[in-house]
Amino acid sequence: MTDSKYFTTTKKGEIFELKSELNSDKKEKKKEAVKKVIASMTVGKDVSALFPDVVNCMQTDNLELKKLVYLYLMNYAKSQPDMAIMAVNTFVKDCEDSNPLIRALAVRTMGCIRVDKITEYLCEPLRKCLKDEDPYVRKTAAVCVAKLYDISPSMVEDQGFLDQLKDLLSDSNPMVVANAVAALSEINEASVSGRPLVEMNAPTINKLLTALNECTEWGQVFILDALSNYAPRDSREAHSICERITPRLAHANAAVVLSAVKVLMKLMEMLSDETELVSTLSRKLAPPLVTLLSAEPEVQYVALRNINLVVQKRPDILKHEMKVFFVKYNDPIYVKLEKLDIMIRLASQANIAQVLGELKEYATEVDVDFVRKAVRAIGRCAIKVEPSAERCVSTLLELIQTKVNYVVQEAIVVIKDIFRKYPNKYESIISTLCENLDTLDEPEARASMVWIVGEYAERIDNADELLDSFLEGFHDENAQVQLQLLTAVVKLFLKRPADTQGLVQHVLSLATQDSDNPDLRDRGFIYWRLLSTDPAAAKEVVLADKPLISEETDLLEPTLLDELICHISSLASVYHKPPTAFVEGRGAGVRKSLPARGAVSDEPQSQQPTVIPNQGIGQDSLIGDLLSMDIGGPPAPAAPASNLDLLAGGLDVLLGGGPEPAAGGVAGASTTGLLGDIFGAAPPPSYVPPKQCWLPADKGKGLEIWGTFTRQNGQLRMDMTFSNKAMQAMSGFAIQLNKNSFGVYPAGALSVGALAAGARADASLPLAVGGPVQRMDPLNNLQVAVKNNIDVFYFACLIPAHVLFTDDGQLDKRVFLTTWKEIPAANEVQHTIQNVIGTADTIAQKMTLNNIYTIAKRNVEGQDMLYQSLKLTNNIWVLLELKLQPGNPEATLSLKSRTVEVASCIFQAYEAIIKS
Amino acid sequence: MIHSLFIINPSGDVFLEKHWRSVIPRSVCDYYLEAQRASPYDVPPVLAAPHHYLISIQRGGVALVAVSKEEVAPLFVIEFLHRVVDTFQDYFSDCTETIIKENYVVVYELLDEMLDNGFPLATESNILKELIKPPNILRTIANTVTGKSNVSSILPSGQLSNVPWRRSGVKYANNEAYFDVIEEVDAIIDKSGATVSAEIQGYIDCCIKLSGMPDLTLTFVNPRLFDDVSFHPCVRFKRWESERILSFIPPDGGFRLMSYHIGSQSVVAIPIYVRHNLTLRSNGEQGRLDLTVGPKQTMGRVLENVALEICMPKCVLNCSLTANQGKYSYDPVSKVLLWDIGRIELPKLPNIRGSVSVASGADTSGANPSINVHFTIPQLAVSGLRVSRLDMYGAKYKPFKGVKYVTKAGKFHVRM
Repeated sequence: MTDSKYFTTTKKGEIFELKSELNSDKKEKKKEAVKKVIASMTVGKDVSALFPDVVNCMQTDNLELKKLVYLYLMNYAKSQPDMAIMAVNTFVKDCEDSNPLIRALAVRTMGCIRVDKITEYLCEPLRKCLKDEDPYVRKTAAVCVAKLYDISPSMVEDQGFLDQLKDLLSDSNPMVVANAVAALSEINEASVSGRPLVEMNAPTINKLLTALNECTEWGQVFILDALSNYAPRDSREAHSICERITPRLAHANAAVVLSAVKVLMKLMEMLSDETELVSTLSRKLAPPLVTLLSAEPEVQYVALRNINLVVQKRPDILKHEMKVFFVKYNDPIYVKLEKLDIMIRLASQANIAQVLGELKEYATEVDVDFVRKAVRAIGRCAIKVEPSAERCVSTLLELIQTKVNYVVQEAIVVIKDIFRKYPNKYESIISTLCENLDTLDEPEARASMVWIVGEYAERIDNADELLDSFLEGFHDENAQVQLQLLTAVVKLFLKRPADTQGLVQHVLSLATQDSDNPDLRDRGFIYWRLLSTDPAAAKEVVLADKPLISEETDLLEPTLLDELICHISSLASVYHKPPTAFVEGRGAGVRKSLPARGAVSDEPQSQQPTVIPNQGIGQDSLIGDLLSMDIGGPPAPAAPASNLDLLAGGLDVLLGGGPEPAAGGVAGASTTGLLGDIFGAAPPPSYVPPKQCWLPADKGKGLEIWGTFTRQNGQLRMDMTFSNKAMQAMSGFAIQLNKNSFGVYPAGALSVGALAAGARADASLPLAVGGPVQRMDPLNNLQVAVKNNIDVFYFACLIPAHVLFTDDGQLDKRVFLTTWKEIPAANEVQHTIQNVIGTADTIAQKMTLNNIYTIAKRNVEGQDMLYQSLKLTNNIWVLLELKLQPGNPEATLSLKSRTVEVASCIFQAYEAIIKS
Repeated sequence: MIHSLFIINPSGDVFLEKHWRSVIPRSVCDYYLEAQRASPYDVPPVLAAPHHYLISIQRGGVALVAVSKEEVAPLFVIEFLHRVVDTFQDYFSDCTETIIKENYVVVYELLDEMLDNGFPLATESNILKELIKPPNILRTIANTVTGKSNVSSILPSGQLSNVPWRRSGVKYANNEAYFDVIEEVDAIIDKSGATVSAEIQGYIDCCIKLSGMPDLTLTFVNPRLFDDVSFHPCVRFKRWESERILSFIPPDGGFRLMSYHIGSQSVVAIPIYVRHNLTLRSNGEQGRLDLTVGPKQTMGRVLENVALEICMPKCVLNCSLTANQGKYSYDPVSKVLLWDIGRIELPKLPNIRGSVSVASGADTSGANPSINVHFTIPQLAVSGLRVSRLDMYGAKYKPFKGVKYVTKAGKFHVRM
């Protein structure tokens, strides 16, 4: 005799069967049929076809049947608005029923039917229900106003429901008050203008406080949340509110407790001149926060995220409660990580021994993520609690001895920070670190180790050998390791110039000539120029004193923290982001802030360690020592072709010796001049492939044509350089394009005049699309004929697909999703791109410049997924999904299009753009 | 507020959905399922999908996923979801997929009664039970015969009174009030046997079946013990603040009157000790395990239902042990060694010893297993808490009263 019988079906067609049962004369059978319909609905089956039949059952005395029909209506009315009207009469009649339960049910259900036509009929009954004699009906009606506002804000404002709702705030029944508050808060949140439609004032607040003690736990949450938005006039009012709220801290419902904490934290800000009161409140806040940690893990997690904020704002509150944050081995991982974070925030000289003992214990646990964070935490303790640094370092050394790979790597990363915080204190351990050089395989650890070697090059005898060993696989390293290597070698050179010249030249050439990474190249060129023009300046820049690592680099920024304190218990507090940053459709003007403090002005900001680039004593002599370099000449001119006899000509090798040393160093990039980047030339708006030789001189009877395709400001162009390598002048140039796959044709004449022997001329031919089409193979092949006074020459070139991408290629998210689903899987092509550099963001940026639009970016299991769309000039839409893995130079590209033939040229374009 | 609720079974199928505002397609649950695939037991309770927030709890094998479109207090939702499961358990004695499917009409009616437009409406089981009668065979048969339904057509009286948790007109032939003082010891004991942290999580659960509107007062011998308490809404906080007594009109039936936490500020007695010795050798030889358990600071009471659960290091292949008391089992897949001891009768101390086979060549360093200890001590509240008396006002009969104490292990870990 269970309800599961409703799920069984007969063969004859379920809907048909149900239909006849719904129209049965027998009440009992009707009810059973409606139950079956509801059963199908719960599991997500579509039973909307039965709408008229179900609505027919609505007129009944049987409350259960009525409720079931209402359940059905709420789900399907939207899809059948015309049919829903049929129900209106019954609703209006029910709103007049003598039974308050039925009145409430009717007004409640009507509000849930989100059909415009119904809402018109809703106003009158709702107005009556808001003044109903029965509080149960009033409280239901209050919520209904919020529902109506969601459907039609203007109607609520015009019909005066807001005022009626405001009146309910002083209702005699606390439950009605609570629901009115909830409805008002929701309306305020959703308000179109972004500012609250109903402001709270002192008398209403008083009424709310009275209702607070008597209403249900959920009502208490609503009231407390409303209170947190109220700014008391003075500290006396704040004081009295605090006193009346404090008992809520002992509530069994965690949501009530956390909302109360929010209000108190906010009001304490106003009471800062009454230190005694504040410390009493602080004492009262600790136990409830601790109690939250003995609840279910989900509650613990939310509580911990909030405690994290509380601890940052008022570290005193929980300073004695360190032990409750100790990690139990069967805590879920998300709880463990949060506890660890708070442990570090609470670490102080008094409890550091205990904390370290715990952290060491955690570092031997099984869960890798947790172990890493624990090791990192030890480093943070060392930086935070100065007297404990010694112990932390020895603990880290012990951990390094375990030789567990990821522990060692993590330890080296934090030791780097410890070195920065306490210069010239723990360098004795460097030798131990160097022993583990070979085992490091993670970029961050390698980069840290390289940094250490570079920073302390003068103390490590074989620093040059160590760095040299890294250089062997320079190009296989991650970008951050490459950058560190470059810097470390330059540091080494500045410290020990005598024997490391070769090394520095080697690394500079690796960085500037062989690398595709613009950051690396730029840094390489800067070092190079620094070294070549002014070694003294180089020393000052590269070996400058570094800013001390701040104790709390991971603290939230104070203004953000203050804003988040106002949002304790909300999603914002879980994400540690202001609601404006992630809640959709939220007005920009509703930022919350802590109330201004009382009489006392802000306490002095904690002193941040500042950086003053220290002009080293005796620096002049140091410069003099620098290999007795010839720096007598004037400061070098901007061109790298400076003739400074640097390093006795050593760098000349590097500079390439030619008349255009810089350009020589970056062969093949003459147009986009990489050095130009350094010297301030604006980067090209979209990727332009380097010019290729289309017509070699030997085939063109002395005419040589180099060319490429560009797209600038939406205009497709063919950029060509004509060189006359023949002995006689050329004239009468003309160009013609064969029919091609994309219908590209010249939109103007070729503007090349006569070419004298040995002369060259640049020409830019505007192109248009829409000409005659003929399918070529490969698709983007273009056959060109160029005529001059000597002959007609034919050649073929490939149009890079990206110049054919139009600027209206951005799909709406939803359209993208549906299109992606619609295109059959057979039309999906995959491709792997090797040697990808840059992050998802930089790639997306590059793509946008080339009319490839990123629709969405997601991070799935550490992989960045970019969803992109583009449109070709011939209106072919292409949808792409680019999968990037940070640290992995391979990217996977999946393409979906109704015309998959275009795939290969799009892949070529992608490769070219990504590597540009 | 809560827009929709999905209930998902362990294999990842959504078997119930309920929408309080517009319908949100169930595909939104994919984000939850994705997280669940990544770590089946550690799904973060708050997940963000592009347009929604998913707040979930896992209980009794099913996952409840609440979906919200806007800013919402996550604890509010989590508390509510737990309340939903509590209600189901109250109605159907359990909350599993089969049971929910068997009772889906009542479940649906309940969900509709508990939440309106995302705002909680009625979550007190007393009120709900008046609105929607819990199913039982007798009533189902009676309803089929008489054509009545199990949905009440009158407004529950408690809904709007000042004591919403109690229904009116309660009548019992035998009036009784039972209190269970349950204390759970959470502790971390380090290798050497020293206490790293210890705290007591205490609860007072009641089962009160009294006629009329009784007004109860519970007094303690030593209320000073409490520094951190949270109460059922029925407790009058003012009287607690001023007189340290619990004064309340109880809900009908079972409920948790208060919970308390005795923590870092006071010394907590540790009623059990474990002497352990585990040696693992990496050269492929057999390792050794030796464990002895004994009572300590039990105030003369007996330890019962003692069980040890050890999550062995990954390198341990199998164990062959002899126990002088109880049974043991080792699961080589999950690497969990379970030793069920039972009662500890002095002077014989339970001991288990034997050899442990280790995968050859495996790295045995850095593997520090932890022992999860379970025990119960009847008739003892380890904090020393004692109820002094229970007084009743507002009713003329003499109730039968009783208090029971019990101490249990909560999260009690011994590090090896």
